[in-house]
This record gives sequence, C-alpha cells and structure tokens, in this order.
Amino acid sequence: MTEAPSQVEYPDAIRTEHIVKRYGAVTALRDVSMHLKRGEVLGLVGDNGAGKSTLIKILTGFVQPTSGTIFVNGEEVKLRSVSHARSLGIETVYQDLALVNELSVYHNMFLNREIRRFPLPFLNNRKMRELARDHLKKMGVNIPSVDVEVARLSGGQRQAIAIARAVYTDAKILLLDEPLAAMGAKEGALILDLIRNLKAIGEVSIIMIAHNYSQVLETCDRVNLLQHGTITFDKPVAETSLDELNELVMREYRVGATKTSTKS
Amino acid sequence: MAETMLSSTPTPETELPSEPARKGFLSRLGRFILQQREASILVVAIVEVIYFQFASSNFITAENIRTIFQFVSATAIIAAGEVMLLICGEIDLSVGHVFALAPFIMYFVNQAGFPLWVGLIAGLLVSALVGLFNGVVTVWFKIPSLISTLGTQFLLNGITLTISGGFPALTPGGGSFNEIMGHGAYSEIVWAVLVMIVVQVILSFTRWGRHTVATGGNLHGASEAGVNVSRVKIGNFMLASTLAGLAGTLEAFRITSIDPLAGGVTIMFSAVAGAVIGGTALTGGLGTVVGAFLGVLAVSILNDGFTLLGVSAYTYDMILGLAILIAMILNVRLRIWREAGRL
Repeated sequence: MTEAPSQVEYPDAIRTEHIVKRYGAVTALRDVSMHLKRGEVLGLVGDNGAGKSTLIKILTGFVQPTSGTIFVNGEEVKLRSVSHARSLGIETVYQDLALVNELSVYHNMFLNREIRRFPLPFLNNRKMRELARDHLKKMGVNIPSVDVEVARLSGGQRQAIAIARAVYTDAKILLLDEPLAAMGAKEGALILDLIRNLKAIGEVSIIMIAHNYSQVLETCDRVNLLQHGTITFDKPVAETSLDELNELVMREYRVGATKTSTKS
Repeated sequence: MAETMLSSTPTPETELPSEPARKGFLSRLGRFILQQREASILVVAIVEVIYFQFASSNFITAENIRTIFQFVSATAIIAAGEVMLLICGEIDLSVGHVFALAPFIMYFVNQAGFPLWVGLIAGLLVSALVGLFNGVVTVWFKIPSLISTLGTQFLLNGITLTISGGFPALTPGGGSFNEIMGHGAYSEIVWAVLVMIVVQVILSFTRWGRHTVATGGNLHGASEAGVNVSRVKIGNFMLASTLAGLAGTLEAFRITSIDPLAGGVTIMFSAVAGAVIGGTALTGGLGTVVGAFLGVLAVSILNDGFTLLGVSAYTYDMILGLAILIAMILNVRLRIWREAGRL
C-alpha cells in the first residue's frame, strides 16, 4: 500500500511560513509558521475564533492564503484545491460526514475505488471485503463485521472507519478536525487508540484539532496553541502540562477582556 | 469547509449495536420481514392471491394471470428506472409522458420510410434525450427534480399531442418483431422481468449502483470521495426515461395502437407507488428494484382482484392510498430503528 518515497526524506511533512489570511477587513490568520514532522501527531489547540479551522482549510486546499508559503515534503506548493491537496497525500477527515450510511463498511472503504472482476463490470465484493477486514484489523479498528451498514455503527466506529479509509487511500498527512467532538468517553477512547496505532505504524503524520487538553497530552507528540491568528506556544507534550495549557488560555481570556479579538 | 456541509446524518449517541434479544419465533419472524422488505411485500402478494382465489374461483386462471401481467409489466418497467432515480435522491414525474411519446417517434420514423426497428431505437434515443434534458436542468440549474420534471411532463404532453394531432395511430409492422416487442401473450412480462433483473444487478453489483446509493445517501460525502454525483444523477434520469420509452413502445405493440393520451401521470404515480410500497425511500439511499417490482405486483393483484369481485374502483383507490401512507410511515420508522441499532 505504501511505497517508499523516491525523493529525499525531508523531516517535515508540512511546513508553513508566515501564513496570512484576510477576509476583507477581518484577519483570520495573522502570521502562522508551523511544521508537522513526519510520523508525528501534532495537537492544535486554541479558542473558537483563533483560526484553527481557517488553518485547516488552507492546508486542505479549500481556501488559499492571502500570503505566506507552504512546503509539503520540503517542496514549496500552492494548494489550489482540495483535490490538489489530496493528490499530495493531504486528507481531511470530518466527523461523520464522509461515510454513506446506507452502504456497508467495505463499500464505504472502497467508495469510488471499487475493485471489479476485470474484464467484467461487476464488483469483486469478496476481495474488497477481505482487504477492508485486513486493513481495519491492522489499524486496530474493531467493528462487528465489515458487512454491516454504516448506519448501524456508533459515531466513534464511523469516525474510525473514515480515518482508516483516508489512510487506506494513501493519505500521508491526516487533518482531523475535532475527531472527538460529540463523543462519549468510550467512543473517544476508540479514536485515540486508533491515532496511537497510526503513530505506531508510522506511515502518516497527523494534525489533530482538539478542545480537550488532557486528550491532546495523552495522544499527541507535540502541541501548538493558536491564539488570535498566530502560534503562541509550541512544545512537545512531555515538556508541558495541563496546568500550563490552562494557564495560557486563562491568560488569553483575561487579556482578551480588555482587547477585541479577531474572528475566523 | 465545515459550514458548507449539510449535516445530513444525525449523530446518534448510541452504544455498539447489541445482539438482537432472543425472543419468540413471531418477533424474530417479524424482525426478518421488516429487514427484508421484499419478503414482506411478497407475503402480501401471496396473501392477496390466496384471498382472491377463495373469494372468486376464477382468479387463478391463465386468462386472469395474463390480465395481471398486463397490469404489471409496463408499470414495473417504469418503476425499475424510477427506483434508481429515487435512490440517488431524485424523481421523474415525466416518465408517463415519455411513455406516450416514444411509440409516436417510432411511428413517424417508420412512416418516413425507415424500418420499424430503426424507429424503435429512435424512440428510445429520444427518451434518453428527454432524460438527459431532465438531468441537466435538475443538476446544472439546481432545480428540484419535482419541479423540473413537472415542467417536462407538460412539455412532452404538448409535443405528443401536437405531432399526433391528438389522434391515435395504428402500431405499424407485424410478425415476430411485434410479437417479441410486446404483442406476444407473455412477451411484455418477460421484458419486465428481464429489466428488473438487469437493473437490480446494476444496482447491487456494479460501481454505478453503489455510486447511486452513495449519491442519494450522502451527497456531500459521495462527492468528497470523488464520486461524480452529477453524472450519476443525469445517467439515472436517462435510464428512467429510456425504460419509460421502452414500456410505452411495448404497450403500443401489445394493444396495436398508439394513444397520445396513454400513460400520463396515472402510470407514473403507479410506478412511484409500487416503488414506495416496495421499500424505496423518497429521501434517497434506500430501495431495491425487486422490491419495486413486487410492490407493483401487489398493487396490480389488488386492483385485478377487486375488479373480479366487483368492488368499486373508488374503494380500490382508498386502499391504495392507505397502502402508500402505511408504506411511507414504515419506511421512515424502519430507517430510524436501523440507525438506532434496534433492527
């Protein structure tokens, strides 16, 4: 599934330099320079309106930055569209929006990449079923059966399948926008386990937007705090703590009370 | 990107679907029948046959079975195409008027000196073009198909009445071609069964079928995955329209005359009703061609049986209306139960 990249390995899967995004008079991102190391899980935290979603939209090719440069695997790129970003291996997984409830798990896994019984136009369901089962097993995703309709799975299982599908379709850089939102503890644990598994397998690099700092500390390698459109904090999780993160955000709140904040 | 997405799918905070509780035989049977909508419609059809056979001794006769097949065939062929459209989240109200137009195209092409089979193909091509038109208007101009095909339906009716002058015409030709194309005693039902099988295979075992379900089930998710949802929709409009043209042509061969007022909204609504009773959801993503066929069959048996028993047509309409309502309520409940993992 994954061939060794032919070009020289750059340490950074993604690197941005001085990204600015303005919507008319509104500045969503003031100056974002960040990087995501290969095989790393980066937690991106910050208040609503700090610009997290805008940053993700830029990295996913959905919106273009006003200025600044993006490097993917060490090469400067202008991400023109979602499909362009995808062709470079960048994939966003949105909660619960990616899958078709009425299709089985394996049909979802192979949506638009169906395997057929060449030269016949018929689907090779057995093959797809097998591959889906193997892949999910490798990812450590537990579901009753790959034959069940996605509608019958829980939110966490669906999210896990969406992530597993993105990895299966050769995504190298996963952007997870609040993968744990609206999920119970048990469901959330399922996703966090999956992310840990992906990290252990080491084929993908992940940026994960999250609200829950303890989950970030538990799962990520490094944490970036986005405040008012710029990265104000960047530390490996081993060197920071829940208290420090909370303190930072509280300080922002107190300062923010006297200052108008930007909106993304 | 998040705000451009429709949150079409609710996020039920459900636990993992638990094993269905082992209950009595009846509740398990009930669960099976609810899961297999086709099975439940088949049961209804069989119960109808048994009832009508007891109530009227001449129900199961070669003659009457042929009559039922006549009721079923054309409607089932239209329903097969309509199901594909309904599954991908659209509807075509103009199929009944394509049904009337296609044989006239065949007639006039034949009158112009071409062989009958050329006329037949021309009729089907025009039907496909009508589907293309419906699809393009719906997809490109983002007009709900309920409205766009409502417009087409009046347009086609006008065209058919204009080119025919409002008068019926005699179906040209004769011999084995006509026999095969609908005039033979069982030819139309054979066509209907063939169409059912082919379209069901397309739906279940090809990329096109899976993409049709994906388009209707989660439009945004499907297009995010790279499915060309516009092409899927337009293609299914063309399929539905072509099948309607085929049904109209077969019917013209069967009754040996071409009626500009044939089909219309009556046959279109019968096809949609059959599809819905057979388990197709108007919201997209769910449905089977076999179910639609059985739905049409069940409705046709009811119609025929009532006629034999001398029950008023008004009563039949009332029962049909109730059947559609019950089927729709069941469809919606089933979907909710499924997503909650209760089925």
